[in-house]
Amino acid sequence: MVYVFGIYNRHNAIYILEILRLDANKAFTGKEKKLDYSLYPLGDTAVVVCFGQTIDETTHSKVKILAHYLETKPFAGFIDMVPAFTSITIFYDPICCLESTSKLKGQVRTPYQVVCQIIDETIARMDLDSMLINASRIIEIPVCYGEVYGPDLDFVAKYNKLNLDEVVAIHSEGQYLVYMLGFAPGFPYLGGMSTQIATPRKSSPRPVIPAGSVGIAGQQTGVYSIETPGGWQIIGRTPLKLFQPSLATPSLLRVGDQIRFIPISDKEFKHLEEGQA
Amino acid sequence: MSIRILRAGLLSTIQDLGRLGYQQYGVIAGGAMDTLAHRLANILVGNREQEASLEITMLGPALQFNETRLVAICGADLNPSIDGVTVPLWKPVLIKEGSVLSFKRSTKGCRAYIAVAGGFDLPVVLGSRSTYLRAGIGGIKGRALKDGDLLKLGIPGQEVLRLLQRSTLNIKQFISLPWGIAPSILPSYESNLPVRIIAGKEAPLFTAESWKSFLNTSYKITYQSDRMGYRLEGVKLGLREPVELISEAVSFGTVQVPPDGSPIVLMVDSQTTGGYPRIAHIASVDLTLVAQAQPGDCIDFRKISLEEAQKLYIEREKQIKQLSLASTLQIGREV
Repeated sequence: MVYVFGIYNRHNAIYILEILRLDANKAFTGKEKKLDYSLYPLGDTAVVVCFGQTIDETTHSKVKILAHYLETKPFAGFIDMVPAFTSITIFYDPICCLESTSKLKGQVRTPYQVVCQIIDETIARMDLDSMLINASRIIEIPVCYGEVYGPDLDFVAKYNKLNLDEVVAIHSEGQYLVYMLGFAPGFPYLGGMSTQIATPRKSSPRPVIPAGSVGIAGQQTGVYSIETPGGWQIIGRTPLKLFQPSLATPSLLRVGDQIRFIPISDKEFKHLEEGQA
Repeated sequence: MSIRILRAGLLSTIQDLGRLGYQQYGVIAGGAMDTLAHRLANILVGNREQEASLEITMLGPALQFNETRLVAICGADLNPSIDGVTVPLWKPVLIKEGSVLSFKRSTKGCRAYIAVAGGFDLPVVLGSRSTYLRAGIGGIKGRALKDGDLLKLGIPGQEVLRLLQRSTLNIKQFISLPWGIAPSILPSYESNLPVRIIAGKEAPLFTAESWKSFLNTSYKITYQSDRMGYRLEGVKLGLREPVELISEAVSFGTVQVPPDGSPIVLMVDSQTTGGYPRIAHIASVDLTLVAQAQPGDCIDFRKISLEEAQKLYIEREKQIKQLSLASTLQIGREV
């Protein structure tokens, strides 16, 4: 069953479809009540919850669910978290966690042991059936491909023995999952690019890549959220700002979002860019 | 209500204890490199520990005070003076309006923190005033201090205001108050640092030889080092067999090893995620020492258990809490 409602907001140049998907096959079957995971420390103030060694949507949905749960019901001593491809790292305050020891049965433990117990209890308590509602946003990113915005589009086409239109078609027909945000604020690690347009990184990086640049590096595709040096093959640019420090949620994209790239003209690009300013 | 920057110094930035809660968006926590020195400076002037301070590096600035203020300088000795007279570190100091606080070059250690009672009147970005240079946010317009900048100051608390009113009648340019951090507990910044680590997740992936070298030989900090990370030089470290790791979180203190075998210590401005094998993680209590290390200094890694690391952490926090209480009492008494 799929429930769909759409919100088109042309003025903000962001097209968003919210899809609530009740999909038993996506996350867990009703029978799989026990979640498989391992815990290990990252230094003395963080712990990693690892759900597996394969990058796929099923494993990632477990990451998303725990992240969502922690965000809405953080435990005493919870400081921050970083969801990744197959794991989620939780930063905690050892002092705060130790203070909550008195509430737990058993002997005195280290802060790490206390946090592990809290995580075990949290995961056990998560109502897996209700978690089957796997809310996923679809974000459309307008991109002006080639010309001045995509200086490496020619190279990508030649390397893969395609013409320019074919590269644009393949790139924009894909639907990509945001597995993780890292490298820079708002920078998405996307999964799902077609191998037909996979192209190795540039042998020497550019000292400056404009923010909004859409690139390919090996089998990955992504969008530079801030101006940085970089070695990706740049095939286009979006006028959208992926990093918005003045907002409470400073990233346009979030872990778990589905991304579509929409080809636009230079004229539309300039129009949308003005709207963003 | 301000400080005029006559000379900015090598790298002077506004820092506090960082942005917490935004790492999932790729926004680093960041903040002061030497959190211990930063916190103690704030404690000495009666500020909250999270209050912003001015982090100065190796070659310090020259600051003109447009108002009489209670100040503390903690960390490395960058030779602060006012009109040729040395200003002590690790103590609260009353600096009179019009004075110029001048720094030179550090010899031991490389970073110091200048806390001013009342903090700095600068915009808060994502919950913090820390300067995130790469993204250009926080601090003064997301950048380091420049010559000519005017740094606006916040308003001190009641206790400190009363102290200021009472004490500034007779001072010429500055006077240090009769208390400070006890010399016996002050850190010592040497060029050979013993640094305690706990084994990283990927430690078992390294050869036995490499693990032995890592713990028994010194690693030198190269000039390719900054607030994001320190590149080390020493016996190269190798994996038992090549491995393709899935990127996940790293943090301040993670020691990662790229394919070339030379370890990198990730520092406070490092990215939130990485894909290189993590051989070790520096115990939180020793991050303050590493933050004061300079290119040319040598690190000797020593392995401890996670349990020991957390015990040390708890002891340090107890100590800081005691200092905080003592400082509050002293400021109250002085009024």
